[in-house]
Amino acid sequence: MPTGEETLEGAICQRQVEIKNADGLHMRPAMQFVDIANGFDCDITVSNSQNCVDGKSIMQMSMLAATCGTKLTIKAEGPDAREAVDALQELVEAKMFDEPPPGD
Amino acid sequence: MKFADFVCFEAIVPELEAKDRNGVIAELVCLLDKAGRLGKNNSEKITRAVIKREREASTGMGKGVAVPHVKHTSVKDVVAVLGQSAAGIDFSSLDKQPVYSVILLISPVDNPDRHLQAMEKIFKHLQKDKFRKFLRQSESAEQIEDLLREADENPSL
Repeated sequence: MPTGEETLEGAICQRQVEIKNADGLHMRPAMQFVDIANGFDCDITVSNSQNCVDGKSIMQMSMLAATCGTKLTIKAEGPDAREAVDALQELVEAKMFDEPPPGD
Repeated sequence: MKFADFVCFEAIVPELEAKDRNGVIAELVCLLDKAGRLGKNNSEKITRAVIKREREASTGMGKGVAVPHVKHTSVKDVVAVLGQSAAGIDFSSLDKQPVYSVILLISPVDNPDRHLQAMEKIFKHLQKDKFRKFLRQSESAEQIEDLLREADENPSL
């Protein structure tokens, strides 16, 4: 469930998304993610069960090893936090990085 | 996953002969081939595939490192080799800077999770200033192998 919170600096928005494309978050999807993330002013972090990384850094995003089925938590902090999380969720879950799901 | 699980240590090259991106890719594929890791008569096909992938989007991630890679039927598990260039190579990197350390990775077509695990290991260390510095300071294949094995034992490296 989406959660949001207004603060003096802006907003914090945090949401869990699931990797649905068969090949997972390999380099090209990670680059798409970072490109979109960098279009927003808010700070964005992405975490799995072990690591929390900068969602605007391709090297750090490549460290997540997010395979198909992995759940990631996207957290954005700043004035456009909600819009950023919406856009990133759409990329990961709806567009699936323009890649096929398993068994395709 | 550990470097020792997928890096072909005997193919490591401390100073690449090639001076441009495509040449470096061909040289590294050739070294893996000579080490017997790519099956038979696949090296040219693999070289072309890696270059094609590289043209689609540079794997030069910035900070002097590049990780050209491709999935190919010739390998059953991920295999990688590392080469270095003191002069630096133009990889059309994201930060437009030369690349000094190149890790070439060939992954099986039917196991995307192994590919991701190898990438995780590579970038866990490559993003650290200390590790990249030690790598660039390595002057022999033995020193590079020692560094990678040390990284396997010491996750903070």
